[in-house]
Amino acid sequence: MIKKPIYLDYAATCPVDPRVLDAMLPYFSENFGNAASRTHVFGWKAEEAVEGARREIAATLNADPKEVTFTSGATESINLAIKGALEFLRESGKKHIITAVTEHKAGLDTCKHLERNGCEVTYLPVGADGRVSAAQVKDAIRPDTALASLMLANNETGVIHPIAEIGEVTRAAGVLLHVDAVQAFGKIPVDVEALKIDLCSISAHKIYGPKGVGALYVRRRKPRVRLAPQVHGGGHERGNRSGTLNVPGIVGFGYAAKLAREAMAEESARIFELREYLRGRLVAEIPHAIVNGSLEHRLPGTLNISFAYVEGESLLMGLKDVAVSSGSACTSASLEPSYVLRAMGLDDELAHSSLRITVGRFTTREELDFVADLVGREVARLRDMSPLWEMVQEGVDLRTIEWTPH
Amino acid sequence: MAYSNKVIDHYEHPRNVGSLDKSDESVGTGIVGAPACGDVMKLQIKVEDGVITDAKFKTYGCGSAIASSSLVTEWVKGMSIDQAMQIKNSQIAEELSLPPVKIHCSVLAEDAIKAAIRDFQTKQAAREPTEKAE
Repeated sequence: MIKKPIYLDYAATCPVDPRVLDAMLPYFSENFGNAASRTHVFGWKAEEAVEGARREIAATLNADPKEVTFTSGATESINLAIKGALEFLRESGKKHIITAVTEHKAGLDTCKHLERNGCEVTYLPVGADGRVSAAQVKDAIRPDTALASLMLANNETGVIHPIAEIGEVTRAAGVLLHVDAVQAFGKIPVDVEALKIDLCSISAHKIYGPKGVGALYVRRRKPRVRLAPQVHGGGHERGNRSGTLNVPGIVGFGYAAKLAREAMAEESARIFELREYLRGRLVAEIPHAIVNGSLEHRLPGTLNISFAYVEGESLLMGLKDVAVSSGSACTSASLEPSYVLRAMGLDDELAHSSLRITVGRFTTREELDFVADLVGREVARLRDMSPLWEMVQEGVDLRTIEWTPH
Repeated sequence: MAYSNKVIDHYEHPRNVGSLDKSDESVGTGIVGAPACGDVMKLQIKVEDGVITDAKFKTYGCGSAIASSSLVTEWVKGMSIDQAMQIKNSQIAEELSLPPVKIHCSVLAEDAIKAAIRDFQTKQAAREPTEKAE
């Protein structure tokens, strides 16, 4: 028997791995010390646990533990990286940022905030495959460019940017490279040396750790990256981020990183196979099912797929025992369809028709069979009541119709 | 988003899904909305002696849009054209307990029935140019 509801939204968040929870539990009421307490054993134990976690995360990034700053999550890491670097570099006249239109809102809104405060931002377009190229980054670099900020893998599509090539370009130009590796970290290798990354934002809850913990990698050598802190106070985390450390959360993050690193090769191969199994069934069994974004450059577990002429929210309603997300306008507060898919040149009706399905550590083939059967049935049912499907069957080109937008 | 039981019922068991012959003189067809906005409704009525005897719909859109059009097809059957013209989106929204963010679905359903009636009246006027339509 399959346990329902079925969770296929691992890109949104993950359950805490039971092994991670076990590692965290002693740090709530037994070893509850403040890692900044230097005068007694409670503090020493907490500090030791935090430093152990810092080493695990550094090892997973091929970094030095001193280069890892803990935060409350990746949104804070991204804010600290972009605002902190710009605030510091503006004193030397560098006020330009390069980013891409498909970035997460944490990056885009931070850039918009800086624009209102006198910075200048270039938003690179993406191709139909969802990627930016190193040449685009190179062409956008100006004498006053401080920072390029790009995702390693996109949260909606899983599409991977050519960060290694971009890192060559930014390093050669003396431009800092901030990488939002939230989706990629723990799933594919993220080596800050090989990729020439200077700042890197990561999050615990995307790798089966707890919510409310993240980290920012801050390069210390060649080049040494200086940040203006955004949270002021007791000078924790080498002055980068004040505030009492979330010891149980950090312990969980460290242990989750260790598990992800040790199992990465085996786990990503298994998850990739499962995702490809689901993709294969959906594409073979449902006409006009279109995968969005590059298949070649993509995280193993993420699938973004549109079922033309069926609106995404109504499809989600039909998939009531399945947890997935949609690029449909109706599922967003803004009532706009996914800006990521639109930036890739998708027609609006395909953007409205998209589902993001992410396979994870606890997904089984039986679950995917159930989902493929259900999606097939519901898409067929909704197409039977779709006027667009009817028109297409009659040979009408939807683009020739004068619609009445409301 | 939490849906009302009535929306879920119409979504799972939509009433009057289908199409009428749009070339039939007694059939009026209204198509409103746009794919870019995420909803398109096609609503058709069959009118005999001034009374709506049948109604069908097809909707591309969210669950609330499907429910709004399904409900309207139920309501208009047996109504005169004048009565159907009086249907207000607020009645649809109230019946289905639509949240504010979904009110536009009920507006679209009201537009759809009005567009279907207009189409029927245009056909009648074209057929009997000497008579007064309605």
